[in-house]
Amino acid sequence: MQSEREGVPFRPYAPGTQPPYDASAYGSTHKRHPQENLVRLPHTITETTGPRFSTAHFSPIPDLSVVDGKSALGERIIVHGRIIDENSRPLPNTIVEIWQANASGRYQHPGDQHDAPIDPNFRGEGRVFTDDQGWYRFISIKPGAYPWRNHHNAWRPNHIHFSFFGSGFAARLITQMYFPGDPLLELDPIFLSISEEAARNRLVCALDMAVTEPEWALGYRFDVVLRGREATPMEG
Amino acid sequence: MPSATSSQTIGPFWHLIEHPEWADLTRFGTAGVRVTLTGSIIDGDGNPVTDAAVELWQADPPADENFSGFGRCRTDQRGEFRFDTVKPGPVPGRGNTQQAPHFAIALHARGLLKALVTRAYFVGDPLNETDPLLSSIEDGQRRATLLARPESDNHWRIDIRLQRGQQGETETVFLDI
Repeated sequence: MQSEREGVPFRPYAPGTQPPYDASAYGSTHKRHPQENLVRLPHTITETTGPRFSTAHFSPIPDLSVVDGKSALGERIIVHGRIIDENSRPLPNTIVEIWQANASGRYQHPGDQHDAPIDPNFRGEGRVFTDDQGWYRFISIKPGAYPWRNHHNAWRPNHIHFSFFGSGFAARLITQMYFPGDPLLELDPIFLSISEEAARNRLVCALDMAVTEPEWALGYRFDVVLRGREATPMEG
Repeated sequence: MPSATSSQTIGPFWHLIEHPEWADLTRFGTAGVRVTLTGSIIDGDGNPVTDAAVELWQADPPADENFSGFGRCRTDQRGEFRFDTVKPGPVPGRGNTQQAPHFAIALHARGLLKALVTRAYFVGDPLNETDPLLSSIEDGQRRATLLARPESDNHWRIDIRLQRGQQGETETVFLDI
């Protein structure tokens, strides 16, 4: 059955849910967006299959908030959520890559010249795998906002970067998770590049008291939907 | 039914998740003819794209415990990337067609709010003539942007242009998948 299913194409994206290549308010798109029409490619085995990652070769990093037993500065958080596809099926045992700025809004990256302190006890990278029901969870620090040079006085809202692989090459997703109530969201050309309001609001996580640990850390929930396949008659 | 979550740019600081060994798909030990694919990414001003994540996927040989079929490489200060892998063979196309050997390539970078997807075929492969994608592109210059060229034995090169160059260089064919 697996080999049959692997040949099944993914559904087209829902209109308005994905950003354009050419987004005039986001300056870095100007010289990097294609100007010719894209060539539509009906899915073949190249697009319907994709890599699998195992913990044997890719060891998990489930806590970004501690390095060598020393705690990072900032507000400790627990982030969890469920990964399903558009057919509401959970994605089990799938890799989730995470990276973010520290509590001061600084990335531990040579290209980040923002005048905010580096925290040697903050690990900017995480990697976790979903369980057999598609749930993931990691511990981190709430990232700070930081300036960027897109326009005068531009600041990115607090965000965590995520990378997901889905069940085939055409289901690959890289995105950013934002925090509820952030007033910078309505000023951010990257967030606003998604035309459908409901779709962009799904990038905002929710405070989750069910996973918040008393006297220790606030919990947030961020659910993700990856592309689903066209109708598969063999399956219920 | 829920629709797929929106994409956002990988940004300029994705190297926090970079592991250079991911660019060597043979690192877990795998059989097959070793090949190297190098290339560069150039923007609309002719400048190298120095902060991109280039991802490579090949459906052949089929993935197993020691060959994931997937690699990721950063571009360097000259916009260059390099993968070490094994040569893919032909794979089935839709219906009764056959596809010529190829790599799938996804580009992620600052300024790309979602991945740019293209392919690298091997120039001179006789199956290119009947490959459904290649033969659907009528403009020969555009079609040629999908062809990697030999640098030496088992070393292939492909340069990717995000936009038409100022001297009229052809924009790479990008795919709507």
